[in-house]
Amino acid sequence: MKFDWSAVGDFMPLFWRGVVVTLEVLALGSLMAFALGLVWALAQRSSLKVVRWPVTALTEFVRNTPLLVQLFFLFYVMPEWGVTLTAMVTGVLGLGLHYSTYTAEVYRAGIDGVPVGQWEAATALSLPRSRTWIAVILPQAIRRVVPALGNYVIAMLKDSPMLFAIGVLEMLGQARQFSSQTFQTVEAYTVVGIAFILIAYPASLLLRALERRLVR
Amino acid sequence: MSDISWGLWKLLLNGVWITVQLTVYSAALGVVVAFGIGIARTHRLRIVRFLSGAYFEIFRGTSALIFMFWVFFVLPLAFGWQLVPMWAAVLALGMTYGAYGSEIVRGAIAAVSPGQREAAIALSFSPAQQLRKVILPQAWPEMVPPFNNLAIELLKGTALVSLLGVPDIAFGAQLVRNATTRSAPVYTIILVMYFVLAFVLTRGMRVVERHAKAGIGQAPPKRAGLTTTLSIGKQTSPIGPVARTAAGPTTGAATEGEA
Repeated sequence: MKFDWSAVGDFMPLFWRGVVVTLEVLALGSLMAFALGLVWALAQRSSLKVVRWPVTALTEFVRNTPLLVQLFFLFYVMPEWGVTLTAMVTGVLGLGLHYSTYTAEVYRAGIDGVPVGQWEAATALSLPRSRTWIAVILPQAIRRVVPALGNYVIAMLKDSPMLFAIGVLEMLGQARQFSSQTFQTVEAYTVVGIAFILIAYPASLLLRALERRLVR
Repeated sequence: MSDISWGLWKLLLNGVWITVQLTVYSAALGVVVAFGIGIARTHRLRIVRFLSGAYFEIFRGTSALIFMFWVFFVLPLAFGWQLVPMWAAVLALGMTYGAYGSEIVRGAIAAVSPGQREAAIALSFSPAQQLRKVILPQAWPEMVPPFNNLAIELLKGTALVSLLGVPDIAFGAQLVRNATTRSAPVYTIILVMYFVLAFVLTRGMRVVERHAKAGIGQAPPKRAGLTTTLSIGKQTSPIGPVARTAAGPTTGAATEGEA
């Protein structure tokens, strides 16, 4: 086995471009997952069956089917419906939508975890419904679930290589392109693999620290 | 939908069979890895705990797809081991999801009340006997619901193998798309196929859970265990450490926190 360090050097410019794309996708996807997840979680608590049922069905369906197939679906089917998006936007949409169904569960657990007394206190103060949510329930619920949301950011990071399948040049995409041009396969894939561990491991340590601080 | 001919349907159905095989084989390897690593992480010797912990952190840190590519493209060049795509995929999926499973096994073992182990020591059981006769039978029912979630993640993970050219459902869909030049029908069909597979898997695991619960004398839930699985599912539905936070300040928090 020979490991060619000069190939690693050649790969670096492409690699950094890949890292930037991966982080961009991750940041945008996370924002979308956090926002959409909250929407799903609130909709599932709605008193209207017409809202509750379709949302529950949709989130269950999206959560139980592969992200890769969903990406293909968005990438190939949306243009047939007249919506043409770039690979990058499709990837962010797919990743954000898929993980929003997970964050919805996290928010739900967080909201359920707020003591009943808080609801009663809000009622006793005759706070309007919107204020009850915004000023009383959500701040407590979200504080408690921040570490869990962070775990899903790490999970999204690890699923982001799938985006190369629809042509997004993130880390794996760059490695693939580099190895097909130069045949330095060993170096390119190894660098990317190690890069993932180097990003994910400190991130998970950080989350554990955060968890100790926020969740008492 | 009518423009998918019988031949193309057969392609998709063959894909279902490949996906099922992949899931079963990877799950089998994954269970072995999960128990091996999970039990090793509770070992008395520091070095065993360290090595198994390192395995867990490495495989949790890297992406299943990257590892699959690595097994598929780098192993042959670096070490001269060329694996059949199917087995490369099983190896990568089993080792990755086994690492996640080891956390479930470790957590469930840690959640067995310490008195049980002490009682086994008092009866002078050997460590292996403690594990086999006292700890694992009680830890096992706790593992089943999170293993169900992991199995569904694994099923979803098998779609990745289509990128290596293993003819599973997702790969078949690509061929059908090329043949029919339309994407919406075939991708809708295969999403439903995956959903049905996940549903069947969940049902199967419910049966396993009921047996496991009955095995330690806990009343097996009569009405398909909807309420029971829901209350368990609340704590364990997201994989791994999420479970701890999701459990929040409930009574389970003490044991979960330890886990």
